[in-house]
Amino acid sequence: MKLFRELLFPAIAVVCAFAVGAIVVLLIGDSPVETFRLLLGSAFSWPDGIGYTLFFATPLIFTGLAVAVALRGGLLNIGAEGQLYVAAFATAWVGITFASLPSLLLVPLCCLAGISAGAGWAAIPGVLKARFGSHEVINTIMLNFIAVALVGYLTQYHYRIPGDPIMETAPIGGAAHIPRLGTFVPGLPARIPLNVAFLLALFACWLVYVLLWKTKWGYEIRATGQSPSAAEYGGVSIRKEIVLTMAISGALAGMVGINEVLGYRYRYYDGFSDNYGFTGIAVALLGRNHPVGVIAAAFLFAVLQRGGVPVDAFTQHVSKDIVLILQALVILFVAAEALFRRGNRGQGALGRI
Amino acid sequence: MKLELRDISKRFGAVLANDHLNITIPSGTIHAIVGENGAGKSTAMRIAYGFYRADSGDILVDDQVRDIRAPLDAIALGIGMVHQHFMLVRPMTVTENIVLGAEPGSAVSLDLKQAAAGIRALSAEFKLAVDADAVVDDLSVGQQQRVELLKALYRRAALLILDEPTAVLTPQEVEEFFGILRRMREQGKTVVIITHKLSEVLAISDNVTVMRDGKVVGNLRTNDTSAAELARLMVGRDVLLRVEKAPAKAGATVLSVRDLSIAGRDGTRRLDKVSFDVRAGEIVGVAGVEGNGQTELVEALAGLLPHSQVAGTIAFNGRDIHQLNARRRREIGIAHVPEDRHRRGLLLEFSLAENAILGVHYRAPAAGGLGSALLNTRAIGQRAERVIREFDVRPPNPALPARALSGGNQQKLIIGREFELPPTLLLISQPTRGVDIGAIEFIHRKIVALRDNGCAVLLVSAELEEVTALSDRLLVLHDGRIAGEIDPAEATHEQIGLLMTGGHA
Repeated sequence: MKLFRELLFPAIAVVCAFAVGAIVVLLIGDSPVETFRLLLGSAFSWPDGIGYTLFFATPLIFTGLAVAVALRGGLLNIGAEGQLYVAAFATAWVGITFASLPSLLLVPLCCLAGISAGAGWAAIPGVLKARFGSHEVINTIMLNFIAVALVGYLTQYHYRIPGDPIMETAPIGGAAHIPRLGTFVPGLPARIPLNVAFLLALFACWLVYVLLWKTKWGYEIRATGQSPSAAEYGGVSIRKEIVLTMAISGALAGMVGINEVLGYRYRYYDGFSDNYGFTGIAVALLGRNHPVGVIAAAFLFAVLQRGGVPVDAFTQHVSKDIVLILQALVILFVAAEALFRRGNRGQGALGRI
Repeated sequence: MKLELRDISKRFGAVLANDHLNITIPSGTIHAIVGENGAGKSTAMRIAYGFYRADSGDILVDDQVRDIRAPLDAIALGIGMVHQHFMLVRPMTVTENIVLGAEPGSAVSLDLKQAAAGIRALSAEFKLAVDADAVVDDLSVGQQQRVELLKALYRRAALLILDEPTAVLTPQEVEEFFGILRRMREQGKTVVIITHKLSEVLAISDNVTVMRDGKVVGNLRTNDTSAAELARLMVGRDVLLRVEKAPAKAGATVLSVRDLSIAGRDGTRRLDKVSFDVRAGEIVGVAGVEGNGQTELVEALAGLLPHSQVAGTIAFNGRDIHQLNARRRREIGIAHVPEDRHRRGLLLEFSLAENAILGVHYRAPAAGGLGSALLNTRAIGQRAERVIREFDVRPPNPALPARALSGGNQQKLIIGREFELPPTLLLISQPTRGVDIGAIEFIHRKIVALRDNGCAVLLVSAELEEVTALSDRLLVLHDGRIAGEIDPAEATHEQIGLLMTGGHA
C-alpha cells in the first residue's frame, strides 16, 4: 500500500506532464499522438533505441543518486555538475599518466581517482558548512564555476595535444578502456557506447540502498537529514555527517567520469556534460530520493533525451525543445505534489525497516 | 450570552471527533470543558467559533439557532476565541495587533489614537494592565495572553473561548489570570475554558463538561464534584491522582555538579555557578519558570552543549565527564528524556523500531555483522517490541512512523527507550507535557520504580504538581541560579512559587 502510494504520485506527475505536453504540441500544430510515438518509439527500438537510452541514463543514475543521498542527509547538492567535471578529468589524468600499467590495475586506479576527486570536491562545501555554517547551496554552485574553469584550464594549457582544434585531452591508455556492453550482449553493436559503467550504476544503486537503510552509517545520515537536533541527541556528530554525506554524494557524481572517459570517449572532452548534475536534481526528486526511483526517473529522462532527435527530424513544427518542455513539466508537477504533502520533505516511506 | 450546542456531530475521516454533543453554557458563567487529548473538546469549541462546520446539529446563541459558517460570523455574534498558540504579530504594538482586521478610520486613513484610547479603557475596566503602546515582542507570555483577551473584548465579545489558557503561565500568573476571568464574569461575560488541569477546573469554573472519545460523559456543577470524579469520567476508570511512593533510600552520590556555569550562544549567562548532587535511588526535582536555565542545565549534563559554553565540573560516579560527548555519556549510563520530543527526542518520519534504537544504534545489539556496520533488523525489532510492550505504546506496531502516535504514546516510546539503556542516571525533562492523565499516572509510576531500583533521577518540570509529587528533594531555579532547596513534602506551592519568581521563601 505504501509502495503503491509512493509510486502513484510520481506516476501522476509524469502522466500530467505528458497531457500538458500534448496540448503544447497541439497548439504548435502537430499531432500529439504522432509526436509521442516518435519520441517513445525511437527510445525503445532495438538495438539503437534501448542502447542509447540506457547509455544516456547512466550518468543520470549517478547524479540522481548523488543528489538523493545528499537530500536524505538534509543537504542540497547543486554541485554534482562541478564534481563530475573534476572527477572526469581526474579519471582521464590517471588514464593518461599511468597508461603503461596493466588493465587490471589501471582501470580500478582510474575509477578510484574519479571517485576520490568527486568526493574531495564535494567535501569542500561540506567542510565549509560544518566548520563555518556557510550554506552548501551557495558553495556548491560557486564551486561548479571553479570546477569548469579549472578543468578547462588544465585541458587547454597542459593536456591538449598540440594542434588539436578540439578542447580535449590526449587519449587515455588502451588498458584503461572498459568494455562496451556490445561485447557481451548479442545483437547489440559495439558502436553503441553503452558500457560496463551502466552495470556499475545499477550496482551503485544497490550499494546506496544498503548503505542508507541497512547500515548504522546510513541510519546516521538519514537521522541527520530528518532532524539534526534529534541526531545530535542520539550521539551523532552533525559536522562529521555533513562532510561524510557530501563526500559520498560527490563520489557518486564523480562516477559519471567512468562512463564518459573510460567507456565512451577514452579521453577527457571539455564540456561533455549535458547538465547531468542539474538533471540529477530532477531525477532525485522524481525518484523520491530512493535508488529504485532514481533508476526509473533516470530512465524516463533518458527516453526524453533519446527521443528528442527524431521528433526534431520527423515532425512539421515541433522541435526537440519539446523534450525540455516535458522535462520542465515533470519537474513542475513533482514540485506541485511536494506542495500537497508539506512537511514530508525528502522522506519517502520506501525502504523503512 | 448563553451558548448551546445541540446534538453536534463532526467526523474527520474515520474518527468521530464529536458524537452527538449536548452542551449548554449559561450566560454569565465560567464553564470548563475538560477531557484528554483527542477527546474532542477543542473540536467542539472550534465548531462554535466557526472554524469547522458540524456535520449535524445546531448551535444556539441566546436560544436562537444560528448559522455560524466562519469565525467572522462568530465574532459578529459576540463569540471570541483565544488560541493556545497566540496569534500576535510580534514586531507590532499592542494597539496595532488589537485593531488588526478591524482597523478604525476610513478606507485610507488609520485612526490608531482613538483605538488606543478604547483599548486603555477596556484594559482599565478589566484591570488587565496592558500598555497599549508596547511592542508585543517586549511583553511577557502572560501579558501577551492578556493582549489576546483584549483583542476579543475589543471586538465586543460577550462569550470568550480560551483554549488551554494556563499552559504557558507561572503559578502567580495563573492566580492573576483567574482574577481577570472572575472580573469578566462580574461584568456579565461568559467564559469557556478548555483545559485538562483538574485543580484549575475546581478553582475557577461554575460548571464543567467532561468529554471522552468525542462524547459528553458528564455535565456537572463544579461545587458538586471532585477531582477524583472528574478524572474517572475523563479516563473511564479510577485514576490515582497522587503519586504513591515509599521514602527514598538514597545511596552513593552518582552525579555531582560543582559551580556549573553555562554561557548562551549570544554570550549571556544562562546558568551561574550551580552546585548540587544527585544520589542513587533518589529523585531530585528542578522547579522553575521556563527559561531560567533548566534547558541548558539538562543539555549540559547530557553532553549536548559545546564544551566551550560550559564551565565548572560535572562528576559522574566520581569521574569527571566534562570532556565526554553525548554518545560516551550514554555509554556510561546517563539516559536523557529531552523536553522537546519532536525536535530532540524523536525522528518523526522514522519508524518506532528505528526510534527505539536512537542513541544505541551504532553498537550491539542494534548493530552487528560486518564489524557492526550492518543494522541487525531482528534485534532492533525485538527491542522495539519490548519497549512497546513494557510501556504500553499504542498502536503497538513497530513499523509505524513516530509521527502517527499521540503525544502520550510518543513520550512513552522515548521513556521506554531510555529505560532500556539501562540508566544509572536519568535526566528527564517535562516528562508529561501534553500527555493524557492515564499516561501521566503510568509514567510517574515508572519513574518511581526506576528510582526504587537504585537509579539516580534528575527531574525537570514546569508542572509544580508533578515536581512536588515526584521529587524527594526539590531545587528551585531562578535566573540561572539555585534560589533554594526545599523539602517537597513540606513546602507549599506559594513558597515554591515565590522562589521561582525571585522572592524569598
